Amino acid sequence: MSRALLVFRLASRDLRRRPVEAVLLLLAITGATTVLTLGLVLHGVTKGPYESTREATAGPDVVANVISEPTERERAERRPPATPVDSAGLEALTDAPGVVNHSGPYPLVLASVGANGHTAEAQVQGRDATPALVDQPKLTEGRWVRDGGAVFEAAFATAIGVGAGDSITLNGRSFQVVGVAVSAALAPYPVVSCLSFCSQSGVVWLTRGDALSLTPRRRAAGLILNLKLANPAAAPAFAAARNPKGPGQGAPPGSTQPTLLAWQDVREESADLVRNQAEVLRTGGWLLVLLALASVAVLVGGRMADQTRRVGLLKAVGGTPSVVAAVLLAEYVVVALIAAAVGLAAGWLAAPLLIDPSAGLVGRAGAPALTISTVGLVTAVTFGVAVAATVVPAVRAARTSTVLALADSARAPRRTPWLIALSARLPVPLLLGLRVAARRPRRIVLATASIAITVSGIVAALAAHLDLAADVVDPSSPLDITKADRFNEVLPVITITLAALAAVNAIFITWATALDARHSSALARALGATPQQVSAGLSAAQVLPALVGAILGIPGGIALFAAVGDSMTVPPLWQLLAVVAGTVLVAAALTAIPARIGGRRSVAEILQSELA
Amino acid sequence: MNANESLPRVGPVLRTSGLEKEYGHGEGLVRAVDAVELEVASGETLAVMGPSGCGKSTLLHLLGGLERPTAGEVWLAGRRIDELSEKALARLRRHAIGFVFQAFHLMDELTAAENVELPALLAGRSPRAARRRAAELLEEVGLTDRKEHLPSALSGGQRQRVAIARALSNDPLVVLADEPTGNLDSAATLDVLRLLESLRSTGQTLLIVTHDARIAATADRLISMRDGTFVEETRLTHGPTGRLAELAGLER
Repeated sequence: MSRALLVFRLASRDLRRRPVEAVLLLLAITGATTVLTLGLVLHGVTKGPYESTREATAGPDVVANVISEPTERERAERRPPATPVDSAGLEALTDAPGVVNHSGPYPLVLASVGANGHTAEAQVQGRDATPALVDQPKLTEGRWVRDGGAVFEAAFATAIGVGAGDSITLNGRSFQVVGVAVSAALAPYPVVSCLSFCSQSGVVWLTRGDALSLTPRRRAAGLILNLKLANPAAAPAFAAARNPKGPGQGAPPGSTQPTLLAWQDVREESADLVRNQAEVLRTGGWLLVLLALASVAVLVGGRMADQTRRVGLLKAVGGTPSVVAAVLLAEYVVVALIAAAVGLAAGWLAAPLLIDPSAGLVGRAGAPALTISTVGLVTAVTFGVAVAATVVPAVRAARTSTVLALADSARAPRRTPWLIALSARLPVPLLLGLRVAARRPRRIVLATASIAITVSGIVAALAAHLDLAADVVDPSSPLDITKADRFNEVLPVITITLAALAAVNAIFITWATALDARHSSALARALGATPQQVSAGLSAAQVLPALVGAILGIPGGIALFAAVGDSMTVPPLWQLLAVVAGTVLVAAALTAIPARIGGRRSVAEILQSELA
Repeated sequence: MNANESLPRVGPVLRTSGLEKEYGHGEGLVRAVDAVELEVASGETLAVMGPSGCGKSTLLHLLGGLERPTAGEVWLAGRRIDELSEKALARLRRHAIGFVFQAFHLMDELTAAENVELPALLAGRSPRAARRRAAELLEEVGLTDRKEHLPSALSGGQRQRVAIARALSNDPLVVLADEPTGNLDSAATLDVLRLLESLRSTGQTLLIVTHDARIAATADRLISMRDGTFVEETRLTHGPTGRLAELAGLER
C-alpha cells in the first residue's frame, strides 16, 4: 500500500511539474478517443431513437399495404386506376394467428406537395381524428389531424421547410400544417420504404375525407394496415411467410395480396443514412488511435530522455527498477485514463450533432446511449496506447545504470555510416538534417508512420468522396443527396482531426529532435554553420520523413478504402500529387518554428551546460 | 584562395576595447567580463588564467562570437565582429576561428576523420578535399591509425587531439582553446601540449584559457583574470617554445 502511495505521489508531482506536456498528452489522446467514441456510438445510433419512437407511438410490428394497380391503358394515359382497391387481403391479416391488435386499413393517396415555392412527392394517409391503438404518430409540434389541417412527418417537414401554422398545397388544394409528428411505421424521409411500391416520398397525415378528396373519384390508390403481434420478435418471419417475393418485393401487378414489412426492416432502413457516417468515424477513430500512439511514444521518449537524472536520483535513494518503471508508467496511464473519460464524454455529447438524419425519430433530442462495450473498448484502447508507448522507455530507464543516470548521460545516438557518407555530398542544411534524422531512427519511423497514417486517411477520404459521387445515381433523389450531404459533413471532421493530430505529432517530433540535437546543433554553429542552416537542417530532418510518409500513405489510403469501402477507387493523379506536395509544405511550415527556436539557442550556454 | 586571405591583416589579429558582458538583472546582476582591453598579435600564444568563474570562458566565447557583449568592441583581423549578424558571425567562425573545448565536443556518432572533416564540409569544400585535409591533420596529431574510430573508442587525450585537428580544418586565423587539458590526465596533457607547441612553431595564433599554471607558463604572454577583469599581464621570457613541456613540468 505504501509503495502504491509512493508511486502515486511521485507520478502526480512529476505531472504537476510539467503541466504543458501533460495537457498536450491529454489533448492528443482525447482527440483520438473522442472520434473513436463517436464512431462506436453512431454505429448503433438509430437503435435507441427508433425504439423509443416505437414505444412512444405504439409502433406496429408489421405494416401491410395493398395498392390498386392501373391497367395498361390507364398507365399509358397517365390516369389513376379506376378499379377500387381490394381490401380483402388486408382484412384477412387482422385475424391471422399471432396478431393481437391493429389499426387501419387507412386510405393511401400519392400527392404532390407545394410548399415555399417547391414541390415534393408525398404519400398521404387518411387517418381518424381519434388516437389509433397501433401507430399513433407522436406529435413533436402542433396538434393532430382535423379537416383542412395536415400533419407532416418530422424529417419530411424539415426537408421541405414547413412547420405548424404554414400553408401548403396537396395536388393543388390548400391545407394548413397543423402539426409535425414522428412515426415508427415507416423510415423517416428521405429513406425509401418499399411496400407494394417503393416511393421516396414523405408521409403526410390528413383526415380520411381530406385524403380521399385529393383524388378525382375520391378513390384511394392503396390501403395501409398496422399490425401488432403477440411476439414482436417474430415479425420478420410473419412478414416473410406472407410476402410471396419477400419484403419489399411487392405483390404481382393486379394482385390483391398485401405486401408486408416488419419493424426490424424499418429500423434497418432508418439506420441507412448514418451507416456511412458511422463507418467513416469508426475507421477514422482507429487511425487516430494509431496517431495518438505515435504522439504518446514521441512525448514519452522525449520526457524519458529528459528524466534521466530523475531516474538516477530515484534509484540512488533506494527506488528499485520496478518502482522507477511503475512511476513512469503510472504517469501516462493516469493521463490516458483521464483522456479516455473526457473522450467518451465528448464523443457522446457530440454524437447528436451528427445524427440529425434521424430527425424523424423521437430519440433524436437526447444523446445516444453509451454502451458498456463502447466504454470498455475505448478505455482498453487508451490504456493499451499508454502502456504500449511507455513500457519500453520505462523499462529502459529503470535498467539504466544509476551512475550514468545521475551524470545525465544522453542516450548515445545511432550511427548510420552510409547516410553520413551520402550526406557529405549534399548542401549543408541537408547534410545536417540527414545526420540529425539518422541519430534517432525510431523517432523517424514514428514521424513517417504518423504522416503515412494521416495521408492514408486523406487519400481514403478522397476515394470515398469519388465513390460517393459515383453512387449518386439520381442527382434529384433526396435520399442520394441527403446521404451525400451527411457523408460530406462527417468526412471533413475526420480529415481535419487526423490532420490536426498529425500536426501536433510533427511539432512534438520536431521539438523532441531539436532538444535532442541541441548539442550537435550548437557544435555545428560553433564550427561555422549559420542558424539558418541549422534550422533548415532540423526542418529537413522532419520534411524528409514527411515526404516518405506521404508517398507511403497513397497506397495505404487506397488499400484502406478498398478494405472499408469494398471497392477499389483511385483518386486522380493530380489530387494524389497535391496531397504529397501539401503534406511536405505543411510539415515544413509546422516544423519551422520549433526548428527555428532550436537553431537559435545560445551556443555558449549549450556547450557550457555539457560541463555542468 | 584561402578565405582568410580576404581578411585584412592590419595590426593585431584579435583586439577588444571596453569589452563587457553582464548576466541577470538588479541584485542578481553578474558582470562576467568587465572593461577588458586586449590585443593578440599574429603568431602569438596568449594564456588567460584565473580561478573558476572569473570570466575566462565567457571572454573566449565573446572573442569567438559565440556570445554578444553587453558593451565594447571585438575586432578580428581589423574587422569589427561584435556587430555582425549571426549568419555573418557563423561564416567568420567557419574560416577564421578554430575552437578547442575542455569537453572535446566531438559528435559521438561520427568517426575521428568524420569529425575533423566536418568544418571543411560546412565551409563548402568537396567531400574529397575535406577527407584529404582530415587525413593530413590526423596524421599531424598522430592519429592516422585511429581515424575510423568513434570518440567512444578513443582516450581523453586522443579525443582532444581530434578536436585540435578539427579546429585546424579550415586553417583559422586564431585557435581559441578553452581549458584544453582540463579533462585530461598528465600523460594526455603532455600530448596536447606538444601539439600546441608544434602549432605555435608554425605561426598559429593561439589563445588558451586555463586555470592550470603549468599550461599558462608555456605561453608568450600570460594574463591573469579575476572577477571579470584583467589584473596582471606578464610577458614570459623563457625563450623558444621547444621546451614547453619541460617548463610545464610534464616531461616524461
